[in-house]
Amino acid sequence: MAIIQDMMPAFELFQPASVNDALALVNRHGKDAWVMGGGMDSLDWFKDRAKKPKVVVDLGQIKELRGIRQQGDGVEIGAMTTLTQVATNSLIQSRYGLLAQAARKVATPQIRNQGTIGGNVSQDTRCWYYRAGMPCYRAGGNICYADTPTAMNREHCLFEADRCVAVSPSDTAPALIALDAKFVIRNSKGERVIDAEDFFVGPKVDIKRMTVLKPGDLLTAIRIPGTWAGARFYFEKLSDREAWDFALVNVASAMIVEGGTIKQAHVVVGGVANRPLRLKPVEDSLRGERVSEETAELAGQTAIWGAKPLNHNHYKVSLMKNLVKRSVRGVKV
Amino acid sequence: MEWFRWERNPWGQEILIGLSWDLIWVAVAAGALLIAAHALLCYWRWRGAGAGTISETLLKRLPEKILRHSVASRLFHWVLAASVLTLLLTAFLPIWGIKFPWVTAHWIAGLVLTAAIIFHTVHASLWKGLGLIWINSQDLSDGWLVVKQALGSTGPAPGKPGKNPLENKLFHHVVAIATLATIITGLIMMAKVDTPWWKRNPYILSDDTWGIIYVTHGVGSVALITFIMAHFYFAARPEKRWITLSMLRGWISRECYLDHYDESRWPVAAGASRDAAASVAKQSEAEGL
Repeated sequence: MAIIQDMMPAFELFQPASVNDALALVNRHGKDAWVMGGGMDSLDWFKDRAKKPKVVVDLGQIKELRGIRQQGDGVEIGAMTTLTQVATNSLIQSRYGLLAQAARKVATPQIRNQGTIGGNVSQDTRCWYYRAGMPCYRAGGNICYADTPTAMNREHCLFEADRCVAVSPSDTAPALIALDAKFVIRNSKGERVIDAEDFFVGPKVDIKRMTVLKPGDLLTAIRIPGTWAGARFYFEKLSDREAWDFALVNVASAMIVEGGTIKQAHVVVGGVANRPLRLKPVEDSLRGERVSEETAELAGQTAIWGAKPLNHNHYKVSLMKNLVKRSVRGVKV
Repeated sequence: MEWFRWERNPWGQEILIGLSWDLIWVAVAAGALLIAAHALLCYWRWRGAGAGTISETLLKRLPEKILRHSVASRLFHWVLAASVLTLLLTAFLPIWGIKFPWVTAHWIAGLVLTAAIIFHTVHASLWKGLGLIWINSQDLSDGWLVVKQALGSTGPAPGKPGKNPLENKLFHHVVAIATLATIITGLIMMAKVDTPWWKRNPYILSDDTWGIIYVTHGVGSVALITFIMAHFYFAARPEKRWITLSMLRGWISRECYLDHYDESRWPVAAGASRDAAASVAKQSEAEGL
């Protein structure tokens, strides 16, 4: 079992100054290369000695990966933009308040000053069995230690378990999915842009990864279209502590409401599945309905349909139901 | 290249996780070598070897079509083929980097294969007779003569086989061993899946025992790659086409029967054959073959 030793194993450190240099490095070193953003996830792994990469490519020196720019009717956020910059940017605050709220809820001010939006969405799961270096399915083994008759799985998933029951820990990911964001990925073959929803993969498809990023890929930017700018947003995160904690459940919703009737809705929940879960049945049930207590109640009930709690996380069912309900009522608009 | 995959468990012990997937390539290479060796041998040794002449009298004693595979046997073969291919594709494509949700398809195909094998065991034991697939002393002595002939010896020619030649019996047995190893271990692995009848519990076995189960499952699966490559190759060879086709339509021609089989070892009673041929013809008509 991994023990925090505060002494990282040796690795070769590269700090490229451009995306092209970074791509050349990750291409050259392939699976041996570890791409590091702000280091908030990576350094945990290294200090626990649970991951021992030979090469670390630190993206911190690449200026083109930083900053928030207006692009058409939307914005483009560089992957290395810090969470503080996202949370305090006036453009994000005025047009995409949902993302600003989500970024403000991540961990602590110190971590937000260092942690990046790219790192926040790409971070690995926080299942404590896995993070402790146990040889679970996700780590290449044959067992999920969090899903046994004696497992402590209070923080684990309600949906889409497939051998692994870990959850996506990101706060900004549900907000980005709700805003229809696009993720820009570059590798030596070129650039591809994918929907935020498709960026995340569950264990059904690939049990060893949380995202579509493969060795050689770099997440360079996140683009948010103008579609949802200024919509009615709601973000709420529930965790054991107010700060420096991961969400037990979080919810991000974006709604276009006209005359008290919901025209369009996106509702995404984090902390309940291996990936941020977009609740399409809830969205369908909301479309054309008036914002009311009954609509909110129905949305909450619909949200938890099919939930399969583990031994110690039954509480998440009612937590999720109530968060979705509140996201419709829009208490915190 | 490594033979096994190892990990360190929470108590700091090295535990066996499974077979190294490098061995997939060993299996592919073994299959390719086998195919190449056989193809070369065919080219050098058996080139130009044609069928002997069959007398008209012999032919007239038999119906035109001789039943070789009953509907039940063919159905079993194709269910087995579909399930094994599904199992191999769902197992190995994700390892080769083609990612898709494979687990459900994999275990359902495993259950279909298990059911097919239970059916086959009962059908073969009670209806067909196990003697058809046992290797007997005559098979062995004929097999030895075949090997000698292939190596250039000019001794006596081997006799014709019964319904199942030695190579078919050997292939059946090695595939049976690999398949049984895979499905038995696969069924044990179902303990790690929640079902309406039981909750998953990986702690029913120790890490070491699970390691052995995963290695056995891997060895059986990887061996099946080689066997299936060989099976595809033989099924596609021009001189074997008549037997491949018989797995579709059920019958072989009386010329093929007389040319390839020993009547005394696979007797086809004239009346019975006519009945069989009539039933095959009727069935083929119905199937549009």
